[in-house]
Amino acid sequence: MKLDVNGAVREVEAPEEMPLLWVLRDLMGFTGVKFGCGMAQCGACTVHLDGAATRSCVLPASAVAGRKVTTIEGLSADGSHPVQQAWTEVDVVQCGYCQSGQIMSAAALLAANSSPTDADIDAAMAGNICRCGTYQRVREAVHKAAAQLRRAGP
Amino acid sequence: MSGFSRRGFLQSSVVTGAGLYVAFHVPKKARAAAGPPAKPMPAPNAFVRIAPDESVTVLLAHSEMGQGIWTGLAMMIAEELECDWSRIRVEHAPAAPAYAHTAFGIQMTGGSSTTWSEFERYRTVGALAREMLVRAAAQRWKVEAKKLRTDQGFVLHGKQKLSYGQLAEAAQQLTPPASVQLKEPKEWKLIGKPTRRLDGPEKITGKAKFGIDTQFPGLRTALVLRSPVFGGKVKSFDAAKARAVPGVEQVVQVPSGVAVVASNFWSAKVGRDALQVEWDLGPGAQLDSEKLEASYRALAKTPGAVALDKGDCTAALAAAGKRLEAEYAVPFLAHAAMEPLNCTVKLEGGRCEIWTGTQFQTVDQGAAAAIAGLKPEQVTIHTPFLGGGFGRRANPASDFVGEAVHVAKAAGVPVKVVWTREDDTRGGYYRPMFVHRIEAGLDAKGAPSAWKQTLVGQSIMEGTPFASFGIKNGIDSTSVEGVVDSPYLESVAARKVMLHSPRHQVPVLWWRSVGNTHTAFAVESMIDELAHAAGRDPLEFRLALLKDSPRHLRALQLAAAKAGWGTPPPKGRARGLAVHESFGSIIAQVAEVAVEEREIRVHKVTCAVDCGLALNPLGLEAQVQGSVAYGLSAVLRSELTLKDGRVEQSNFHDYEVLRLHQMPEVAVHIIPSSAKMGGIGEPATAPISAAVANAVFALTGERLRSLPLRLAV
Repeated sequence: MKLDVNGAVREVEAPEEMPLLWVLRDLMGFTGVKFGCGMAQCGACTVHLDGAATRSCVLPASAVAGRKVTTIEGLSADGSHPVQQAWTEVDVVQCGYCQSGQIMSAAALLAANSSPTDADIDAAMAGNICRCGTYQRVREAVHKAAAQLRRAGP
Repeated sequence: MSGFSRRGFLQSSVVTGAGLYVAFHVPKKARAAAGPPAKPMPAPNAFVRIAPDESVTVLLAHSEMGQGIWTGLAMMIAEELECDWSRIRVEHAPAAPAYAHTAFGIQMTGGSSTTWSEFERYRTVGALAREMLVRAAAQRWKVEAKKLRTDQGFVLHGKQKLSYGQLAEAAQQLTPPASVQLKEPKEWKLIGKPTRRLDGPEKITGKAKFGIDTQFPGLRTALVLRSPVFGGKVKSFDAAKARAVPGVEQVVQVPSGVAVVASNFWSAKVGRDALQVEWDLGPGAQLDSEKLEASYRALAKTPGAVALDKGDCTAALAAAGKRLEAEYAVPFLAHAAMEPLNCTVKLEGGRCEIWTGTQFQTVDQGAAAAIAGLKPEQVTIHTPFLGGGFGRRANPASDFVGEAVHVAKAAGVPVKVVWTREDDTRGGYYRPMFVHRIEAGLDAKGAPSAWKQTLVGQSIMEGTPFASFGIKNGIDSTSVEGVVDSPYLESVAARKVMLHSPRHQVPVLWWRSVGNTHTAFAVESMIDELAHAAGRDPLEFRLALLKDSPRHLRALQLAAAKAGWGTPPPKGRARGLAVHESFGSIIAQVAEVAVEEREIRVHKVTCAVDCGLALNPLGLEAQVQGSVAYGLSAVLRSELTLKDGRVEQSNFHDYEVLRLHQMPEVAVHIIPSSAKMGGIGEPATAPISAAVANAVFALTGERLRSLPLRLAV
């Protein structure tokens, strides 16, 4: 099957039902995308599918043919995405394992809504579990990134 | 985990991480020339390498699992080395004796001990390296070393300057000083300053490598089908269907079950799903957590091993004006780190190479060697970042490492054994279930005069190499920590603590803050019950009991003041408090809670922290917030139960943990303190259960004595 990941189309040989997560990780080497639960409960595997936050662990890779997949590796070349910058400024990460997913969820939220309320953040981020408990700083960083995006304009 | 000693551990000789570049190196003869000092100086080259490209590489003797030591230990070296902070890199050290814990004697991470246990060693390394660079510059310039100063990676003399990179080669030829003078606290530029994480950049870009990200040509992925009940053994298996799955290469039996080895995770999983195994379940199939709890409650009414006995408790209880009796219960809990357990093993040419997120390098190295038929020094352990640990990756039984070595051995190829979330949840090594029964009495003035507490729960230490010093007179210190050393109990004239340590098949282990997870809940809940029974304000009641414990007193007063104790809470909310010491640090917490849609909602937690010196206040705040979140999962959501020997939960839909929308605002107030340094990775997990339960009582009048807290509908 042909997959468009981070702007490059590649041919991969995979069983049709193999979840996108494992195609990305095991066959294409995008290990920034994480396995946490395998049933769309924790959000560690979050990628963007045509810009929308999507759990890749339950999505058959064959279902994304012709659509654009973005992983954490493709969000920015150097960590310069406003969400990543806010994450740095607020010093969000701890163990870091869930953070690819947190950042991808936050980036998708802000792409659709640059002035999220706390309730908007709750709704968009409730699917991303962090066992280190970085939630308070995640919330702060999302607000900070939103402010940055608003300053930068559309 | 406070009782490790050097005895009884596997000795392993040095596994060198041979540098690819010119590294700072202290010749052995030079070290010998320094004579045998009372306390040997650390070898700087084992902990820091300065390269001609100006990079300063810090080798971490402990595992970074979120707690921030990647940054904290680097701060210690950089403080004394006076290097350019932007040039600092950090690496996990290999498994080798040089990296043994300064207090516990093995290479490990746990017990909230990294910062205090390395504070002297890592600063000394930085100071030694700086001194040698200065002497190298002095020789170059032919001036006295004491006339030189250092700043930001340079040695300076008037207008002359030489970079550390330029001096590194010359410095390594020198005899290291026999002693160094460490800076006075007033000279610190980094220590005590809020400092952002050095591992941040790689963790926000997906570049950070965790154990599960290990990939190399020829590496296979394996999943193991393990017994559905603890202690079960494979009777027979049929692998025909599993072998037919595309990508599956081998099916091999190992002591823990049957492993399906495939070219990738998904094939291994589909193959494992197709595997048919007949089990000899054994007595573990009878386990039932409801029945266990009932048996614990019955045991709690009987005398156990005596952990503490002062005064005549029986007489004091009989003479008490008021008597209270209560039982507190906590369930088994899985650690549920975000990175499921995994371990990569390559057996080749008489060596064993391991990549895994471990908190227990020395133990795992020894276990792997024994299974592989090698010596410990033939086992190399690479420690990538740990996607959370919380104690689960510090297993005296080396379960996930040993199993992976078995699989690699049986399969004859390098394998990465990956646990699914279901495997991880059902794989055992839980926080033990505990029941506490407390009988307490108040005297005529309303002060506690008797305290009798009986604990029932499995021993973590029993059957491990730590038992010989972790268990004394039938008392596992991790079972009773937080009770026998409680200043509340010290304030009661007649007090007795007893322990039952029942044995059964459920494997148990330390879980962030260990025994304190349940002892703080029981003790601080009963203190609150006594305060209300005495008709006293819960804060005033505690302050009176803690009058001889100034650090507790101060923390409690600060948390109460910051939380507005004594002022009316927002409508529909109430406050509860708790203070608890663990791992050398004292945490007081005030929780502000509401009940919304019949659910307990924690809005705010105000924390006061006395951990001695706060190395990195920014990291400390994160640890306290995170510990509160970790504790709140257990207070509000998580519970692991067994029926017919099977764990009833499997994944995050039924083993629930705290999510972002349930996170309270956690305010952290650090008390300037000259007390001995304590830990900060765990202590704030302990008191949150009681703080919330006490707030729920204040709000509803309902006293909840079991975790997770559940309101009567």
